[in-house]
Amino acid sequence: MSLLQRIEDAVARGPHALDELVATTEFPHVEGRSVTFLFRGEAQEVSLQHWIHGLPGSLPFRRLRHGEAWVLQLDLPPRSRMEYKIGVSMFGRGVMLRDPLNKHTARDPFGANSVVYGEGYSPPEWSLEDPEARKGTIEDRFVDSKVYGDWRPIKVYRPARFRQTRRYPLLVVHDGFDYLGFASLQQVLDNLIHRQEIPPLIAILTQANDRMREYAADPRQADYLVKDLVPQMEQILPLVREPSARAVMGASFGAVSSLAAAWRHPGYFGKLLLQSGSFVFTEIGDHDRGPVFDPVVKFVNEFRKAPGKPADNVFVSCGVYESLIYYNRSLVPLLQETGMQVRFREAHDGHNWENWRDRLREGLSWLFPGPLWLVYE
Amino acid sequence: MLTSAILLGPQRHVRIVKPALDALVPDDRRPVALASPGWEEREAEDMEFRDHVGREVVNLEVWARVERIFERDRELLAAMRERHDTLRRVQELYRLRLQGALQAIRELMGRPGKDVWLAAERHDALVMLQGIDAQHVARVQQVHEEFEARWRPAERSSVQREKRELQQRLGDCAALCLAGGHIAVLLHRLRLFDVLGLHGDRPVVAWSAGAMALCERIVLFHDSPPQGGGCTEVMEAGFGRVPDLVALPHAKKRVDVSEPRNVQLFARRFAPSLCVLLDDGSRIDWNGARWSAQPGTHRLGEEGWVEEAGA
Repeated sequence: MSLLQRIEDAVARGPHALDELVATTEFPHVEGRSVTFLFRGEAQEVSLQHWIHGLPGSLPFRRLRHGEAWVLQLDLPPRSRMEYKIGVSMFGRGVMLRDPLNKHTARDPFGANSVVYGEGYSPPEWSLEDPEARKGTIEDRFVDSKVYGDWRPIKVYRPARFRQTRRYPLLVVHDGFDYLGFASLQQVLDNLIHRQEIPPLIAILTQANDRMREYAADPRQADYLVKDLVPQMEQILPLVREPSARAVMGASFGAVSSLAAAWRHPGYFGKLLLQSGSFVFTEIGDHDRGPVFDPVVKFVNEFRKAPGKPADNVFVSCGVYESLIYYNRSLVPLLQETGMQVRFREAHDGHNWENWRDRLREGLSWLFPGPLWLVYE
Repeated sequence: MLTSAILLGPQRHVRIVKPALDALVPDDRRPVALASPGWEEREAEDMEFRDHVGREVVNLEVWARVERIFERDRELLAAMRERHDTLRRVQELYRLRLQGALQAIRELMGRPGKDVWLAAERHDALVMLQGIDAQHVARVQQVHEEFEARWRPAERSSVQREKRELQQRLGDCAALCLAGGHIAVLLHRLRLFDVLGLHGDRPVVAWSAGAMALCERIVLFHDSPPQGGGCTEVMEAGFGRVPDLVALPHAKKRVDVSEPRNVQLFARRFAPSLCVLLDDGSRIDWNGARWSAQPGTHRLGEEGWVEEAGA
């Protein structure tokens, strides 16, 4: 008997039977490429709200026998992740809920979503707490920004066994506080350094005051990084002062800002890590993404006309469930033509922090290869 | 060859250098020497080691000595950097042929069948693989010989001064402890002073990269690196102070032993040397004539299974 038949059978037998089924079956239930969602509750309409590009944004559940059980079956490719909420409507009023039957959630700056994993997916072990990994430290500081005319909060990640006498590569992270909170960045850096997959490095975690403006290819942000942030950090931290040891990264608008900074100051950052970049451009006419994208589109269009060679190495990743996949795929050959070394990775995932977390190992270890093969402590 | 040596797994979590020293030099009150250039700039941070062994310890400060030489002798520094670049290039070129050979033999080992033709191809592919490894070791040796002949590091005053001091420190030590870390740094810096030669036939306790350096060949390995396919490769010849053994530290994290063909290929490629897994708590003793392993110390078996190294 299929799961759907078992659910229908339990519904027919009454609430106790359904209680028993729910108690013994994990929901959402993933079997092969199929995932079954179950919602129990009083409602007039129930829907799955998700952010998978190409599917209708709202997928209706089917009510079973006019009762309080609703089901939905979807195709979910192996090793994929899907974040979602359940929309429940009654008497014209709707609410968005995390799935009460699903213990897995993914956090982001706006709260948390439920998340379902395709068969074969599990959070990468290198992103989890490793008791063996020595821990780096995080220090709060402020940068005196002449460019913005204010003091900007940053966090400085120093690797475990940090020594002032040694010189370290630098990783500048847009939305760095969010990478810490939602993409386990400190744990990831600690683990990758511990495993020698990347060398010990210093990360400067930045956070914008007005993100949608400053990260939208704003020339001030590029100048802030190059004229304020990095030089001030070089005064107080033992950094290798060479482009080849300097990387800038970000996701979404943070990726736009990273590329724009490298483009406006070519050769300053030797390495770029661009995750799900909002690289929207236009060939004909105007874009339909709203005014906040105007400076982004203007920059990407200019970049496409004259890309130059912003850096030496660039790692680009994007989820195939994102609408941005088209723009990222379009960007890759252009980057390759510049003579940069380019690595592009697509994932069965969406525009979210866990996607960005899951790509960090490949991106960082490619940009900053560690002494893995040579160190046996 | 040494008359007595003990090779150990990593010492961070399971510290067993002390019992190893107690076994090799039980009633000797002389100090023990510590060589830890593989720790690089952390070389001097030896307090945990001193606390653990409970003996007088003489840190040979090999890494720091070479740093001082580099400050004084820029010509030698430039020459060693050039050699480093050459070694990297030789390793890259070796890797090209190696990857092809490994791909072929893996495919042959994966083919079903027991006919003589398949067996012959497998055998020949293995011989070819071993030949590529041997040629690489010879090429690296050639790089070192050319470097020695051209720059004569042992005859340079900058080196001689540090070497004399090192020799004095090593003078009356009962045993040498060789720590792990960066294998290339460790090997090349010890070699610059001929530390093993100065130490002579006194006992040695070595762990992780230190154990690798004592062997005839240094094998670099990782079956699941974040980049690339994880092709086990030979770096170069080690000091060859213990015979017929390939030391594989941190093997649990680095070798995929769940795949019998992987184990089989590894073991056969380096046979007749024993491929010994040096994990936490592992210990294998050399008495000048034969190896004896502590229970719980394992090796890769030629039939594809992990076996007790003492079996």
